[in-house]
Amino acid sequence: MSTLAELRNSRRANWITGAAALLFAIVFPLFFSPLNGFIDRSVIALAYVVMALGLNVVVGFAGLLDLGYVAFYAIGAYSAGWFASDYFSGANNKHGVHILVQGKAAESSLSHTPTAGIHVNFLIVLVIAVCLTALAGMIIGLPTLRLRGDYIAIVTLAFGEIVGTIAVNGDQIAVPFTHNATLTNGQQAISPLDPLSLPILAEFNQATNIRPYYWVALALVVFTLFVNFRLRDSRLGRAWIALREDEVAAASMGVPLVRTKLLAYATGAALGGMAGAFLGYYINSVNAGTFEFSFSIFVLAMVILGGLGSIWGVVVGALALSYINYYLIPDVFNDIPSKLGLDFSLTQLSFGIFGFLLVIMMVLRPAGLIPERRRKLELEEGVGTGETDLYEVRA
Amino acid sequence: MSNGATEAPTPVPASGPPPSKDLLVAKSVSKVFGGLVAVSDVDFSIPRLSIVSIIGPNGAGKTTFFNMLTGLYKPTTGTIAFDGKSIAEERPDRITALGVARTFQNIRLFATMTALENVMVGEHARLHAGLFGSLLRLPRQRREEREAHEKALEMLDYVGLRREVADQLAINLSYGDQRRVEIARALASDPNLLLLDEPTAGMNPQESGRLTDFMRQLRDERKLTILLIEHDMKVVMGVSERVTVLDHGEKIAEGDPQSVRQDKRVIEAYLGKQ
Repeated sequence: MSTLAELRNSRRANWITGAAALLFAIVFPLFFSPLNGFIDRSVIALAYVVMALGLNVVVGFAGLLDLGYVAFYAIGAYSAGWFASDYFSGANNKHGVHILVQGKAAESSLSHTPTAGIHVNFLIVLVIAVCLTALAGMIIGLPTLRLRGDYIAIVTLAFGEIVGTIAVNGDQIAVPFTHNATLTNGQQAISPLDPLSLPILAEFNQATNIRPYYWVALALVVFTLFVNFRLRDSRLGRAWIALREDEVAAASMGVPLVRTKLLAYATGAALGGMAGAFLGYYINSVNAGTFEFSFSIFVLAMVILGGLGSIWGVVVGALALSYINYYLIPDVFNDIPSKLGLDFSLTQLSFGIFGFLLVIMMVLRPAGLIPERRRKLELEEGVGTGETDLYEVRA
Repeated sequence: MSNGATEAPTPVPASGPPPSKDLLVAKSVSKVFGGLVAVSDVDFSIPRLSIVSIIGPNGAGKTTFFNMLTGLYKPTTGTIAFDGKSIAEERPDRITALGVARTFQNIRLFATMTALENVMVGEHARLHAGLFGSLLRLPRQRREEREAHEKALEMLDYVGLRREVADQLAINLSYGDQRRVEIARALASDPNLLLLDEPTAGMNPQESGRLTDFMRQLRDERKLTILLIEHDMKVVMGVSERVTVLDHGEKIAEGDPQSVRQDKRVIEAYLGKQ
């Protein structure tokens, strides 16, 4: 019989594995050329890991099914679009606003005049994105507080759609005091964004070397893992899981429902916003057309595939689905159908492939690739008393 | 214990008389669900350091009444005061923080948490770490977590659970152990008033007897006031100092076990009219 104490010992082994994986992840891009396509896909995959870990806080820990996660991707990306590009060119009487930026972001390379628009340092943009999305997360949380289960999913889904629709139609919404600038550029996209730059280091140049973007993404992943682990093993993490298991009992034991739920929404949203801002920089464009419902489902699929609530599981799930979607299907196996004499490409089937994978997973490993330790124990030892004893009546 | 300040005064010389003899006072409390009157105009009070029972046939409104005392339901009319403070409009977590803890009729442990974690959730209202505290894990939070962990172990030990049980998932525990964990979880919030909803359900006479002794021990050692809903008349008559009988949401009798047992309306409610 494996108890949690034994599992906790094996956690040390987990840390060693984790450190080795991190070391590998750090040196890994050096084996490829600076502009290699696989590195490019890896940057995207790492950003998705951050997204999935963020959603895992809401869905995995607190058990609040969120189908509108794309909203936080959008708000994060727009934080980058608004505060790190020429978009608000009227700002400061067309002289531009510059906060702790240098190089291309501060000065036009041709005329050596200050750039127009708002240009804020990348790290500050991240903070702005985190604040805006945490706020948005609480706003989406408020109407769902009285709801449970499926109803939460519907409200969050609607929230995601509202934000997406606002983004698409944002080119009709004037922003006051900005000389007729609009909220978003709709499907025209806000582009280009400032190149990413960090203190001390030279400005990144996407045209010659994308490795630095990879390392920044990796740093965000490490930060997100830190947040996930710390919170899971804390008073707040216990409250989230208690809430997921039995809301009435949790409230009766002194867990404030509103506060605890809103903190889950805000934390999950903030991590999504952080990844969104980074993706905005990396893709170098913020296009309203990309903020679709399918994105929310894609990230949710990562969480479920990896194992709800399981931090390492979600990392693996996010990497697996990202690489399948952005590397294996378009780059490796795409022309298999045509080689077989069929007149379609594999990318056209990508959702079918995901669906198939999920169905297979649910049959073979219903609790995910790496199940949360709790669910694992439950599945291994869940005999005897049974769940009916614990859940008979909902007050 | 961590909350020495909020605990009931130790029964040494009562230099300043306590604000009220009763720890909890409910006045003309009613609860209406749509057209159904679940609890109707009930007056009820619990003297400090007493053990009081509510009995009644199934559907008499006992659990509904419990749920109002703990904030899960708001009374349709009436007032409830705990230790002099009105709690009728308070949230459940606030009421727990004030010092009311409960168990459930159908055990409601957090199934995929360990026994220990369940008890630590019970301590939630007495701990302080917030989002940023948990992230930074400063010495203060570390100490708090360590103490919370120790206290949870202590509670499990107090209710008579072996050390190995602490790391088992609640769902994998035997029925009797689940009941004990639920009591430990309730005790972890340092309550003054403990509400037990049919604690002996599913127990054999020996186990019920031990639980009865344990209730007295709780009252004497931990200075707890206990309110229980119970069907087992042997337990009720053996442990309670006062019994309140509900039927169809109304209080039909109240008094010491002997007089209630002989009350005509009570016999009618249980056995029907002759």
